[in-house]
Amino acid sequence: MFGFLLGLIVLVVLVVVYYANRIIVLGNRVDNAWSQIDVQLKKRVDLVPNLVETVKGYMKHEKDVISSVTRARERMLGAKTDEEKIKANNQIAGALKTIFALAENYPNLKANENFMMLQEELSGIENKIAYARQFYNDSILTYNNLVSTFPGVMFAGILGKQKKKHLEIEAAEREPVKVKF
Amino acid sequence: MKKLNVQDEIAKNKIKSIGLMLVVFLSFIFLAYVISQFYDPGLAYFFVTIALIFSLLFTFFSYYYSDRIVLASVRARPATKKENTYLVNVVEELAIAAGVPTPKIYVIDSDELNAFATGRDPQHAVICVTTGLMRILNRSELEGVIAHEMSHVANYDVRFGTLVAVMVGMIVIIADMFRRSMLYGGVRRDRDDEGDSGGLLIVVGLLFAILAPIFVKLIQLAISRKREYLADSNGAYLTRYPEGLASALEKIKKNNTGALRVSRAVAPLFIVNPFSVRKVVELLSTHPDINDRIRRLRSM
Repeated sequence: MFGFLLGLIVLVVLVVVYYANRIIVLGNRVDNAWSQIDVQLKKRVDLVPNLVETVKGYMKHEKDVISSVTRARERMLGAKTDEEKIKANNQIAGALKTIFALAENYPNLKANENFMMLQEELSGIENKIAYARQFYNDSILTYNNLVSTFPGVMFAGILGKQKKKHLEIEAAEREPVKVKF
Repeated sequence: MKKLNVQDEIAKNKIKSIGLMLVVFLSFIFLAYVISQFYDPGLAYFFVTIALIFSLLFTFFSYYYSDRIVLASVRARPATKKENTYLVNVVEELAIAAGVPTPKIYVIDSDELNAFATGRDPQHAVICVTTGLMRILNRSELEGVIAHEMSHVANYDVRFGTLVAVMVGMIVIIADMFRRSMLYGGVRRDRDDEGDSGGLLIVVGLLFAILAPIFVKLIQLAISRKREYLADSNGAYLTRYPEGLASALEKIKKNNTGALRVSRAVAPLFIVNPFSVRKVVELLSTHPDINDRIRRLRSM
């Protein structure tokens, strides 16, 4: 009888430890996935002044677009919450897309070595953001499934953990920008 | 396209790796004991102690250095961001997609299209591709191949696969090196100095050559072909684009001639069988039929 009780207690402790750890590990994974996105977003922001400097001389008639990407960058740097940051970033992504689309009209710019390098770099970052976003969403899904289904939901309640919200980051197209005229 | 449970795969691979190390460890000691019984039972302790030290070293060495042995045996060299920007970018992207640190990247100079992953865990992983693969595949195809390798990394297939290749395959690697050096005249024997050492070398070489096929068979038994299908579907899940890998496999099938010279011990690590994609009989192969893999990818 005593042995049985002891076994039961050990079993309960093991289950609790397992679920508590699982919730924490998966929660950390979500945070880590977000910081992966953050790293790539920062890299992109850092490249914006470079790009502006390069295209300025060529695209004399596209001042609006160029200043919109600069403004979006300033908003991103001044952002306080994750939501603001994401909003500013979606604006950067949109403005960059327009710049690269318009660049098609400027053969000299397209042939500029610096511009080509920046374009390659920025499209690489675009891909990485897309993949980081995908991993982030997967991690959130796994986490939310754990804390919202039985028996995880019990332990989540005890630990005070709740479902995490998906962040709406603009779905970056993983294909070259197509120009429509 | 569904996500398979990676956690289960990781646990399985870790247990299998420990099991393998134990089996190899114990068989050395057992072997030493048996030999001592034939030789001189009084020396059993001595033999077993030597075997104990040897197998401790061997196990330790295999665990920490097997990736380097594999890389050296296929004569791979590190890739640089400057020279292989494209490849480095793709690997970095898919590491992010799989949520693992970026593996080290190596290349093999060969026109054959092939790739493999090795290392003991995702923190110490290596992805290696041939230069032909980079040249002939387009971006989405290369992504497909790298995603396949990345899922081998993420679910610890690399640990078990590499340990089997090195621990079980050590004899095969040595036998293959020996055979290669005989074929290409690497071993130079002095006419004047045909002493015992030369003769002994031949005998050992012959012995290894006889043992090698048995160990190749053991490797094939240990590394199941199922893991290739698993990595295909996990890889497709990473890129969300199974057609990339499917069309890469089509190109590999069309292009490869079996000219990649690697040891039979490491062959199971590659994404497609390095020897011949077309001719190998299904039952004897470490790799599933390439046409079947393409079909499965296209029906996802």
